[in-house]
Amino acid sequence: MEFKPRIVAFLCNWCSYTGADLAGTSRMEYKPNVRIIRVMCSGRVEPTFVLKAFANGADGVLICGCHPGDCHYQEGNYRCLRRYLLLQKYIRQIGIEPERLKLEWISASEGKQFAELVNSFTEKIKELGPSKIKDTIRTFA
Amino acid sequence: MEETKPKLKLAVYWAAACGGCCVSVLDVHEKLFDIISAADLVFWPIALDTKYHDVEKMPDGYIDITLFNGAIRNTENEEMAKLLRKKSKILVAYGSCAHLGGIPGLANFTTKDEIFKRVYFESESVVNEKNLIPVPEYKAEEGTLFLPSFYNDVRALSQVTEPDYYLPGCPPQSERLLEVFKAIVSGAELPPKGSVIGAETKTQCDECIRKKTENKRIKKFYRPWEIKDDGITCFMEQGVLCMGPATRAGCGYRCIKGNAPCRGCYGPPPGVPDPGAKMMSAVASIIDEKDPEGINKILEDLADPAGTFYRFSLPVSLIRRKIL
Repeated sequence: MEFKPRIVAFLCNWCSYTGADLAGTSRMEYKPNVRIIRVMCSGRVEPTFVLKAFANGADGVLICGCHPGDCHYQEGNYRCLRRYLLLQKYIRQIGIEPERLKLEWISASEGKQFAELVNSFTEKIKELGPSKIKDTIRTFA
Repeated sequence: MEETKPKLKLAVYWAAACGGCCVSVLDVHEKLFDIISAADLVFWPIALDTKYHDVEKMPDGYIDITLFNGAIRNTENEEMAKLLRKKSKILVAYGSCAHLGGIPGLANFTTKDEIFKRVYFESESVVNEKNLIPVPEYKAEEGTLFLPSFYNDVRALSQVTEPDYYLPGCPPQSERLLEVFKAIVSGAELPPKGSVIGAETKTQCDECIRKKTENKRIKKFYRPWEIKDDGITCFMEQGVLCMGPATRAGCGYRCIKGNAPCRGCYGPPPGVPDPGAKMMSAVASIIDEKDPEGINKILEDLADPAGTFYRFSLPVSLIRRKIL
């Protein structure tokens, strides 16, 4: 059976979600593997959200926010960037491929970039194969 | 003559533990006399010569309170956890290891095979010419001998049976144990099953005695020995990692009063499913840098984020072991 990656995407309300919306209203086609969760700001994405997504079976997690300097709340995306870089260090240590977590900046006008990002990220996750996290943490040995 | 009230039956057991929790029970000093005047110790391997088969012979629910310390590392730990659950009216996960997995839980960063390889073959102080490793079953002339089997994963008590309460700490502060004990003896109404007892509901930072400012900004992290602590300012503001933001209060700040940052043994405050993730969030918020390279350079100061943020809680965290 073909592997269909399950990807959780956290998109900020002001730029990235609007960008994804633009991709939709422009009738651009992109891979249907992302499950989008709208948050008010990428700075709202706590490391807990990301780890919970992985623990519940996500094969990849995508976080999108406004470009640096464009945050609706001034600094939220910088906070997100710092959390993301720390999370990368942690997931590497715990044995999760760092490529399974990605942070990209998508503005409200970048519908095309969003569609391309989803396609390339889905491909990347397909290459990596299904995540073993859920099965590993469910069974005690 | 004084009216004789039936005494409580108390048990203390250690699973994968260092022994510190059992000693913390002794740390009540002369108050121990108050405990033994209200309770009979029926099982306590560190101090009494009661055998496992004596516990097996007890009727179910015979023991009033069992303080179970230590993590679940092998079959013996698991069997005793389940046995004591059956024999006890109140089973308390006592100390960080029983509560969260504790220091032994850090073994979840590796595997049974790796541990055996290191311990029996590679360790500098080991001479093992015949390449022997322990086997759980051995047939001798006199009969078959058994050793407990070693698991690949370390678990907290709640992952093998249902404790009634959790009393956190590495080890729990003796004063808090006395409070809990007195509450049980007095017959006061007990908190709902599954509660964390003998601790607060706020974080360490909420009640910390050190001076804090609202806007923490740091450019570099230091190991405690790399700076001269002024003894007054918040550790995080001085760039020293302190688990206070993601740790439950209730220990009496012994570490902080002793000028050492919090290590997080009391576990996460209520509503926090993953203390390490909470800590990552807090740490990332105080870094004063916007450029990815600069941020990474500051993060390099954190030698072992996973081990530091999950020092006591890896087995109960969201990603509870290393993915292989």
